[in-house]
Amino acid sequence: MNLSRRHFLVLAPAAAIAWKAVLAGTPDQAPNYTMSEHWWGMLIDIPKCIGCGNCVRACATENDVPEGYFRTWVERYHVEDEDMTNPEVISPDGGKEGFPVAKEDAGKYFFVPKMCNHCADSPCTQVCPVGATFVTPDGAVLVDQKYCLGCAYCVQACPYGCRYIHPEKKVADKCTLCYHRITKGLTTACCENCPTGARQLVDLKNPKDPIHEFLKTHSVQVLKPQMATGAKAYYNGLDGSVR
Amino acid sequence: MSAFKDAGHLFRFAGLFVLAFIIFLVVRGYVVPKSFGQYGHYRGNAITEIAARPVKFAGHETCETCHSDVLDVKSKGKHAHVNCEACHGALARHADDPSAVTPAKPDTAVLCARCHTASAAKPKGFPQVDPADHSNGVPCETCHQPHSPAITDAGGAK
Repeated sequence: MNLSRRHFLVLAPAAAIAWKAVLAGTPDQAPNYTMSEHWWGMLIDIPKCIGCGNCVRACATENDVPEGYFRTWVERYHVEDEDMTNPEVISPDGGKEGFPVAKEDAGKYFFVPKMCNHCADSPCTQVCPVGATFVTPDGAVLVDQKYCLGCAYCVQACPYGCRYIHPEKKVADKCTLCYHRITKGLTTACCENCPTGARQLVDLKNPKDPIHEFLKTHSVQVLKPQMATGAKAYYNGLDGSVR
Repeated sequence: MSAFKDAGHLFRFAGLFVLAFIIFLVVRGYVVPKSFGQYGHYRGNAITEIAARPVKFAGHETCETCHSDVLDVKSKGKHAHVNCEACHGALARHADDPSAVTPAKPDTAVLCARCHTASAAKPKGFPQVDPADHSNGVPCETCHQPHSPAITDAGGAK
């Protein structure tokens, strides 16, 4: 076959593109789980939280969260009667071992469990320079730790402070919404271990999920709604002083 | 063709660019994972890898398949909605092979106090006591059965 240089130069890129398409096979799918059928979120019912720290301990156990770092944590707010803008907030060791006993005095107390809000329009995924963090088709914000460079841009971008750089792996780490559990039909470790039901995993695409009735009948808020992150951690009974 | 008469060097130069582009495509074909871009600008297989991480809390449904006797007691009491591992700890390994791991019995004096120690910060309706004042160091299970903590017989506490 007499292939001229000109013909070779035309054919070679076409062949390279075709070859790349052949290489791109179909990756494996998790059995019995279809991502397009779910849209995960979390309901956090403030009046039910007793600040026991079970969620923080369960999360650390389930996900091997390093000591001193938190994928979820609990804050205790103390708001004086006339000082809504300056609440006293404590979270000793993320609330892992509970809270010091509060004496009865002025103002009100309440606990606010915090975690990744698994935002639909998350600021953290938008800033990743290498495509290492992303929103899955079922609404979980995850980190590909093989791709992450550890630049910590996402840690700065998260308005909720829910990310950290893993001290040993040197890559971004965060709440996965227990993705390895919810894809197997289990609930998250924090929800499984909450004794009062203050945390509930919700599937917004499941029409039978009680969340739909709950959202219709309660005043539910997300944190920092002004940032338009599409946060999916829904707080019931959230006080205006919570930041 | 007269316009291209002395343009051979330009074609060779253009050829180099085309060659570099082909090499770029070939190298990219090798280094970019197959699943990159499957769902978006990220590696689709990362989702499967994260989903494959091991589970440590088996979940109460798993516990209840064997421990139905405890479920019968618990479902009638105040702790009906407190899941097993909230007190007994992560026991997926026990669920996989019951003989491999024997769960330790929790110390009720510590365990119960985590939730039920009185504090002004807790919701008012939640049952709470000052442990020192309430039992003076006597373990909670002396009077309260943790799976169904209400005391029904007349001799006990309220």
